[in-house]
Amino acid sequence: MAYEKILTRYRDLPNYTGTIDEYITQGGYQALPKALREFQPADLIEIVKRSGLRGRGGAGFPCGVKWGFTPKDSPKPKYLVCNCDESEPGTFKDRMLIEEEPHQLIEGLIISSYAIGCRLAFIYCRGEFVSGAQVLERALREAYGRGYLGTNILGSGFDLDVHVHRGAGAYICGEETGLLESLEGKRGQPRMKPPFPAISGLYRSPTVVNNVETLSNIPHIVLRGAEWYAGIGPPKSAGPRLFSVSGHVERPGNYELPMSITLRELIFDHAGGIPNGRRLKAVIPGGSSAPVLTEQHLDVPMDFESLAAAGSMGGSGGVIVMDDTVCMVRVGEIVSRFYHHESCGQCTQCREGTAWLHKVLRRIEHGQGRKEDLDLLLDMCDNMKGKTICVLSDAAAMPIESYLKHFREEFEIHIRERACPFEGKGAF
Amino acid sequence: MAECSVFIDGKAALVPTGTTILQAAGAVGISIPTLCHHPNLPPIGVCRLCIVDVEVGDFHKQVAACHAEVQDGMTVRTATPELERARRFALELQVADHPSECLDGETGEPCELRDLARRYGVTKRRFMEDETRYPLDESSPVVTIDLNRCILCRRCTRACSLVQGQDILWIMGRGDESRVSPALSLPLRDTACVSCGQCLAHCPTGAIRDKRPLRPPVRPEAVVTSVCPYCGCGCQLDLNVSGEQILRVTSNFDGPANRGSLCAKGRFGYHFVDSPDRLTRPRIRRDGRWEEASWDEALDLVATRLREIRDRHGPDALAVLSSAKATNEENYLIQKFARAVLGTNNVDHCARL
Ligand SMILES: Cc1cc2nc3c(=O)[nH]c(=O)nc-3n(C[C@H](O)[C@H](O)[C@H](O)COP(=O)(O)O)c2cc1C
Ligand code: SF4
Ligand code: SF4
Ligand code: SF4
Ligand code: FES
Repeated sequence: MAYEKILTRYRDLPNYTGTIDEYITQGGYQALPKALREFQPADLIEIVKRSGLRGRGGAGFPCGVKWGFTPKDSPKPKYLVCNCDESEPGTFKDRMLIEEEPHQLIEGLIISSYAIGCRLAFIYCRGEFVSGAQVLERALREAYGRGYLGTNILGSGFDLDVHVHRGAGAYICGEETGLLESLEGKRGQPRMKPPFPAISGLYRSPTVVNNVETLSNIPHIVLRGAEWYAGIGPPKSAGPRLFSVSGHVERPGNYELPMSITLRELIFDHAGGIPNGRRLKAVIPGGSSAPVLTEQHLDVPMDFESLAAAGSMGGSGGVIVMDDTVCMVRVGEIVSRFYHHESCGQCTQCREGTAWLHKVLRRIEHGQGRKEDLDLLLDMCDNMKGKTICVLSDAAAMPIESYLKHFREEFEIHIRERACPFEGKGAF
Repeated sequence: MAECSVFIDGKAALVPTGTTILQAAGAVGISIPTLCHHPNLPPIGVCRLCIVDVEVGDFHKQVAACHAEVQDGMTVRTATPELERARRFALELQVADHPSECLDGETGEPCELRDLARRYGVTKRRFMEDETRYPLDESSPVVTIDLNRCILCRRCTRACSLVQGQDILWIMGRGDESRVSPALSLPLRDTACVSCGQCLAHCPTGAIRDKRPLRPPVRPEAVVTSVCPYCGCGCQLDLNVSGEQILRVTSNFDGPANRGSLCAKGRFGYHFVDSPDRLTRPRIRRDGRWEEASWDEALDLVATRLREIRDRHGPDALAVLSSAKATNEENYLIQKFARAVLGTNNVDHCARL
């Protein structure tokens, strides 16, 4: 059955550039007046709950439930912060959404602000997204010009200002409390929880942090109804999802699909399969933090529950495909280098553990591994999980653990042969 | 105040709402290992040693006991095999690049990391690393910063910013390149550091330490709680003594007036005590030469001269200048003396200068 695109429908339109006029011509900014005129904020929270929309930033938390956690009558202002820090390796969908269809996000942001009672919202934009930030600034000016932002929006009495804040280049500023610290002008390092942002977030006020893609869904839910949305894909993972497919596929790119799609369909039907007649070796289904899957998992649907049951996670939707030329030890070295570099350095296990994971994987890859290294790695991974301020430590440990689980023999060969068998032949 | 009933390792505790798990455990005599925690400082939960297992209703999680508050009906387990394994692991990572001479106890300085590593039998066996050698910052007149011993617990940064309000020390760099430093990596001398030593007093390892080391075999034989003699604030301090000699002044965090804080003089300026230049008896100048006298002789002379001056020139020929080294009560008495006994309002005080 052909899937009718929602978030990226514009991509099939010739010469579409995402200006406000084009967006309106395509039916944009109809959800906003509907939300303001027909619904009370509490109704909107209910609608989003009923739609089944889950966060697209990584954790898959039910969006409406998160909104509902903010206190009804707060003496402090409430804030909405859009997480556009997109730094998870293998993920590149938020960037596309802000560069190509910024008003969809802005409309979602305005409706969401109205729903939670926010008068000042922020878009925290990854520092490297220079042109994305410019597009957003331009789009915000357009929205102010048409009265969709500012005071008394569309005569409703609702006021909202939105600021774009550019990050300075740290993966950890995508973690929502690290993001809030950074937004406050401090060092980007996660806060201890509780309290959670919904109670005490930006400037210690109730705050909702939502991913770009999450918010981009909101106008469609308001316009077409919670039941329509809930009917797309599996019941517990409703709605469209953008999968960023990269690596060894014929057609890398972003694919918007319902989460009932299987890995096999995504890789072979949509992304065109593995080039050069090679075989699939491994696939990371939800960004570099997600445990790896193999050929045996190809028929797993890409919803949150099924991926968790298969031992991985939906994560950020970044699907990294690897063919049989790839050395999994080298992958481990590269992935652990990333987390080593990005740990904020607060927690002992993460600060020192990510460095040691990287060090041990590097020595195995470079033929200096020791017999006891594999058990050492597993013990480190085990002790790095579930015990730190944020889950970056888990995100560093889980993939390595999974590489060892599925490809232990490859690690053993490296140690036994004192060399990488893929050396000079591999993809990296 | 509402109370919470909790079970910690099978012991029941009834504690006020808002109590941390660490405090509640302490109240029933259970000690949980900590490194970044200091009762004087707000918790930041970075060493992750105090992680405990908690269960309330369906909620089952591992949390930092120094930060997490108790909830009514909570069951806490502080030392499951898994937790102890995690602690051993965290300690292993901490000692990996810690100087061996420090772990072997050759430095003569107290060290909480060494104590815990010994208690858990942790060595450098699995994680062997070239011990990074940071140059020492010895630019301050009073403290040495030796990052080789630093475990990044951030007690010093909190002490400097939250206790002293001086904001000199902070963390530079990220991840395993994090290090304690003044802004712009300046030497401590070139900052607004006030040499209060609060950083030193909170440091668990001797990474920030007294510039004058305690060298074995000179060891404090006793710790005597006393009051700082410098000013009238009444700061409590601990004199670490060996015989008649003060080896070092350390913070006494129970002192009601200062809760461990001391100024540069109180903490580092105790050497006058056994200085040969110190005056310990009154002296009277006779024919241009100082001669030792008894207290009675000296006070009689002062009283006689004050009376003579007042009788000849009137009371306003006299003035009284009192000192911040005296207490409020003593300062009150001296102005009373000036007005009621001498009969003058000429009263002033050094703290007004
Ligand atoms: C280390 C780390 C990095 C993260 N990076 C991002 C990111 O770049 N973008 C994002 O939307 N969420 C990121 N998250 C997830 C956020 O913490 C948060 O869950 C999310 O923004 C919530 O939005 P959602 O509910 O709409 O998904 C990250 C989480 C962690 C632990
Ligand atoms: S887990 Fe790592 S990144 Fe997260 S707060 Fe701790 S040290 Fe920082
Ligand atoms: S001596 Fe005092 S002011 Fe100087 S760095 Fe230490 S705590 Fe800060
Ligand atoms: S210098 Fe001392 S107090 Fe400061 S972070 Fe290092 S070990 Fe902790
Ligand atoms: S003492 Fe609790 S985390 Fe360090």
